[in-house]
Amino acid sequence: MMAALLTQALHLALMLALAPLLTGLLRWLKARMLGRRGPSPLQPWRDLVKLCRKRPVLAENASLVTSIAPYAACAATLLAAALVPGFTRGMALGGLADLLLLGGLLALSRAALALAAMDIGSAFGGLGAAREMSFAVFAEPAFLLCVMAFAILAGGTNLDAIGAALQDGALGLRVSLALALVALLAVALAENGRIPVDNPATHLELTMVHEAMLLEASGRHLALWEMQAALRLLLWLSLLAALFLPFGMAEAAEGPLAWAQGLGLWLAKLAGLALALAGFENAIAKMRVFRVPEFLGAALLLALLGVVFLFLSTGLA
Amino acid sequence: MLISTLAVLLCCLPPLALLGAWAGGRPGLARLVHAGTALVAGGFALLALAALVEGGEAALLLPFGPAWAPLSLALDGLSAWFLLPLGLCGLACGAYGWRHEAVAPARRLAAWPLFLAGMALALLAGDGFTLLLGFEGMSLASWVLVAAGQAPAGSVSAGSVPAGFPAAGPAPAEEEGAARAAAGLYLGFALFGAACLLPAVGLLAGLAGDLSFAALRQAPPQGGVAWVVLALVVLGAGSKAGLVPLHGWLPVAHPVAPAHVSALMSAVMTKVALYVAARLLLDVGGLGQGLGWGVPLLALGAASALFGALRATQEGDIKVLLACSTIENVGLIAMAFGLSALLRAADLGALAALAAAAGLLHVLGHALAKTLLFLVAGEVQHGAGSRRMDRLGGLIHAMPKVALAALAGAAALAALPPLAGFAAEWLLLQALLASWRVGELGVQVLAAAAVALLGMAAALGAVAMLRFWGLTFLGRPRAPRTLGASEAAPLPRAALFLLAGLGAAVGLLPGALLALGGEAVARLSGHAGGVALASAWAVAASPSASAYHPLGLAVLLLVLFVAVVLALRWLSPRASVRGPAWDCGFVAPPPHLPFGDPGTQPSAAGFAQPLLRMLGTSLLAARERATLPPPGDPAPARLDSHWQDPVLPALLPALARWRDALVIRAERLRDLPLRHLLMLAFGTLLALLALLAWVGPGGGAGA
Repeated sequence: MMAALLTQALHLALMLALAPLLTGLLRWLKARMLGRRGPSPLQPWRDLVKLCRKRPVLAENASLVTSIAPYAACAATLLAAALVPGFTRGMALGGLADLLLLGGLLALSRAALALAAMDIGSAFGGLGAAREMSFAVFAEPAFLLCVMAFAILAGGTNLDAIGAALQDGALGLRVSLALALVALLAVALAENGRIPVDNPATHLELTMVHEAMLLEASGRHLALWEMQAALRLLLWLSLLAALFLPFGMAEAAEGPLAWAQGLGLWLAKLAGLALALAGFENAIAKMRVFRVPEFLGAALLLALLGVVFLFLSTGLA
Repeated sequence: MLISTLAVLLCCLPPLALLGAWAGGRPGLARLVHAGTALVAGGFALLALAALVEGGEAALLLPFGPAWAPLSLALDGLSAWFLLPLGLCGLACGAYGWRHEAVAPARRLAAWPLFLAGMALALLAGDGFTLLLGFEGMSLASWVLVAAGQAPAGSVSAGSVPAGFPAAGPAPAEEEGAARAAAGLYLGFALFGAACLLPAVGLLAGLAGDLSFAALRQAPPQGGVAWVVLALVVLGAGSKAGLVPLHGWLPVAHPVAPAHVSALMSAVMTKVALYVAARLLLDVGGLGQGLGWGVPLLALGAASALFGALRATQEGDIKVLLACSTIENVGLIAMAFGLSALLRAADLGALAALAAAAGLLHVLGHALAKTLLFLVAGEVQHGAGSRRMDRLGGLIHAMPKVALAALAGAAALAALPPLAGFAAEWLLLQALLASWRVGELGVQVLAAAAVALLGMAAALGAVAMLRFWGLTFLGRPRAPRTLGASEAAPLPRAALFLLAGLGAAVGLLPGALLALGGEAVARLSGHAGGVALASAWAVAASPSASAYHPLGLAVLLLVLFVAVVLALRWLSPRASVRGPAWDCGFVAPPPHLPFGDPGTQPSAAGFAQPLLRMLGTSLLAARERATLPPPGDPAPARLDSHWQDPVLPALLPALARWRDALVIRAERLRDLPLRHLLMLAFGTLLALLALLAWVGPGGGAGA
């Protein structure tokens, strides 16, 4: 019990500390690959500290939504991040860690962001909100079909149970898992506003989505939104690591040595995923907004194909 | 005891209707009608709760009714579960009526108690005849309410618009015409529903003639008769509930009535139709059916969920938007019921119970949230003078309390945790994700498709609700009238917050509620145990499966929220300041545009445009045409965007053609010689006898 609580607290602290670092690392990696020196990976943390020192400027017609939404979104994302296992399984909130609930919490933070974007009534905010919510219409079914594949393989939607079932290796390599991986990667890119869907490095471009919703935020509100985006990225990478690279994860009851080993492996997996993401983002261009449904629709079909393969294989077995 | 008290309450409603018929133009008496109806509805809710706690009661034979079909009332867990939202929503609508409907025309005041009475009679019926009687009474009373249409000019305090601005809505005469057309359409579909349900109940009863549910349950339909019953009930109840493709009337008819009538029609009447489907197909006729028994409900439900949600993202009128969202949610409930029947046929009792529980929970959650939002739409119309989102905006400043209540309802319908919509969808998804255990590949693929459609519908529903709340309450005013909006009166406001609180309770305590509704779950799913794990804290498919802990989730969210607030207060103590909106550095609007340039704020159609392009071209026959003048021509560029629901326009002309063809055929009968007429009569008699011979063995009499 003690170990579960301790690992949970440690996990939450690590998530908070690592999230801006991961974003910084990603930017640094991307810059290095392009032959630039790039800002230090610590830069996002410095930005957050700077933003916290500043006074937030609220628009004259801003309602309470502008001031409450960043906190609500941050709390929902933080809870989601606390549920995704990182270096260990069997944390105190492991019983709550349900993939469907994770989707719900991310939808909650997305809705809070979209409402904050609509609060002022500016053109960019509404545009970004409409697009972000529209992308979710295609991302959510693909995500649910991936969840279905895991539910069939592991017998439930609890993340700890799925991770344990996959780690046992009884499932082996499966075509369905590969298809689910591709689908989930596409969903992760869309959810985080990464490159083929949205460009996180742009400002004031007509095709942007996520940044457009933050244009009116300032000071600590902007800091919260940046933190929320960083947490979401870390959460998705951890989720991908927990589902597809489940080896080496510690059990909470195994004690600090196992935790340290799990932590090292987790950091290595995150760094590997960040490297892959940076390479991918440098290699391809952003697509038109109205091509995104095709991109996510392909993910949806792949996930459906994976599930049907599972039906066929369980039917034959 | 409970059932006789309910009978007495039910008998109070017709006198109230008589009073209403006399109370037109007398505000005091009209208020009496509304207060009486609300009290009766409150009584319904209390008694339904008592019945859920104490368990069902034996049937009560009424001392009147035809000799061949004695009227009887019964109150089992299923009836009580559906009676609960009727009572709660009726109570809230009564509070709205008290404030806004005091000068309603007599027709509406008389029909209002009868509408409630019809719904209650259908829910309390202990036999097929009483069920149909209540159902048709409900249809007829609601038709009167729709046909009575808009409130007279005097009671809409917000009808006037400053000169120089476009009128807030269509002219009164136009509106009356629309109401009449909507009522005609509504009546047509209601008659169609009746024409399907009457023979369905007859076929269920067979030749034995005993219409009581207990007797019907003994002899579920089999063979060909069963498929006919299935088709008739799905068509009849589905047309009333608004299942695709029979949904066309719903977004036309529901919004025409005043807000409290729309609320009850959308939130409760559709549920009564679903109750009829569930009672006849799952409870009475569900025993020993094959895998195909649940497929029509599951497939049509999934189609309705997707289609309704997509339309809800496109509508510009709040009430039409809410009516389309009703189609979506009715689809979700139908999906749950269909899935339950399917899982029951595959002998997966615990999962069938889970699916039934998801449907039942959504019945309650959706009824409360939808009533809340329709009443909000009424308050917005009274306070801000329009239902069109293109004339609203920024209402959170003028109506903060209404905005808060509306947010609770919209978030519940957007399926955001930890509210009611999410709990129901979580349960439904768990049942769907586990339904691959039905070994058939066809069923598995159907389940996977249903999962994808459900995900899409849920996300679309979230877009629709966010768009509704965001465009109405956030942003800048889109019309000057919005500035004069006033907060709702205390009584309707209290009703709104009552509904919001009850909805939150449904979301936070689904386990406790499902434990209360164990009998209803068992009746629908045929699984005696109800939901495997349903405590005050958690719900789960089985004790070992993944569980949903809404209360714990809410507490955690609250703790984290407070923690983030405190941390930020400590890290960043400086107070915020106000300044003009940055808006990417655009120049300030000229003084004649006090709320900024309206063209720079997303309109209702503008916000919906990405989805219209992504999904609408295939599903809603959306067309966009940009007309660009050649360079140098000062003419404006134009963008014409158009979409329509393809179903009703395809259905109505075909129906009209059939009607004409039929009439021409029938006309020929007049000129028949006597010999042919005799043959016709004789042939009809023979055909009826053949039908009787066919029905007899399968319909239960021979069994």
